[in-house]
Amino acid sequence: MNTTQTEWNLARRQIVGNAASIGFAVAMYGVSFGALGTTTGLSIPQTMALSLLMFTGASQFTLVSTLASGGTALTAVIASWLMGTRNAAYSMRMTPILKTSGPGRLVAVQLTIDESTAMGLAQDEEAFEGRASRLAFWATGLSVYLLWNLATFIGAVSVSAIGDPKSFGLDAAIAAGLFALVWPQIKSRTDLSVAFGGALIALALTPVVPPGVPVLAAAIVAIIVGWVTGRKLS
Amino acid sequence: MWFAVLAGAAGCYALKYVGSIIPAHILEQPIVKRIVLLLPISLLSALVAVQTFATSQTLTLDARVPALAAATVALKFKTPFILVVLIAAVTAAALRYFGLAA
Repeated sequence: MNTTQTEWNLARRQIVGNAASIGFAVAMYGVSFGALGTTTGLSIPQTMALSLLMFTGASQFTLVSTLASGGTALTAVIASWLMGTRNAAYSMRMTPILKTSGPGRLVAVQLTIDESTAMGLAQDEEAFEGRASRLAFWATGLSVYLLWNLATFIGAVSVSAIGDPKSFGLDAAIAAGLFALVWPQIKSRTDLSVAFGGALIALALTPVVPPGVPVLAAAIVAIIVGWVTGRKLS
Repeated sequence: MWFAVLAGAAGCYALKYVGSIIPAHILEQPIVKRIVLLLPISLLSALVAVQTFATSQTLTLDARVPALAAATVALKFKTPFILVVLIAAVTAAALRYFGLAA
């Protein structure tokens, strides 16, 4: 019996299970999104188009709530782009790990969001020749894509959401889920200070700048620390 | 409305795409490599902080804070991922159900 094969089967089952549970937690918010979209005045096809084509929850909620609060279409579009900017950093990090090309690359790009990136990076990059990282990214991306779109549809046609996701503690569950995925990525004192620095900058800016900007501003910490520590290496 | 939906979606896809076409030799440079390695750590940590302590543009202390504390303890004891998430959800839901936290 090949032990690596047995270990891989075990790891694979665990990764797929975790990916599915992330998909279900996120889907509850998909129902809210669908309901919000149609109550804001978007049609069902427009609401679905956002989940199918934009597929990055924070940008979708931002676009719809900017429209709902009386913002112009252009303001709503720019706000959604601002929210989506962090995905560019994610695909920079994930592309060399995924080793995709052609149509596969185009699909991977669309699936590059907070959850899939965090799951991909939470695995040991060297484990099973990188297969663990790749499976974690793909399984999470696909599970979230399918369930998020299904949930958006349910929310959009039933209009009234099934209840406030907060009463099930789902807001805390999503935060804790991402936290559990950042946890294994923090391997050194430098990583830890980057994590704390990013969190502090985001919280300090929260009251003074529009939503989305605080998280993006945390990139500054990675850039400064990366530049200083990278220069020592070169 | 279709303008907002399609322009928003196109821009968000373009942002995801831009990150994937940066040539390998640029990403291999030590400074760039360090920055790209640290970026998801700072962005995801910031996201967790905002998801725990912020409601729109207000900083708040509600049921999410003890829920994350419970999750942290669970992580210290190397609890499996799904359980960590469940512990956080149950903590927040219970505190809200009994009216102990918002």
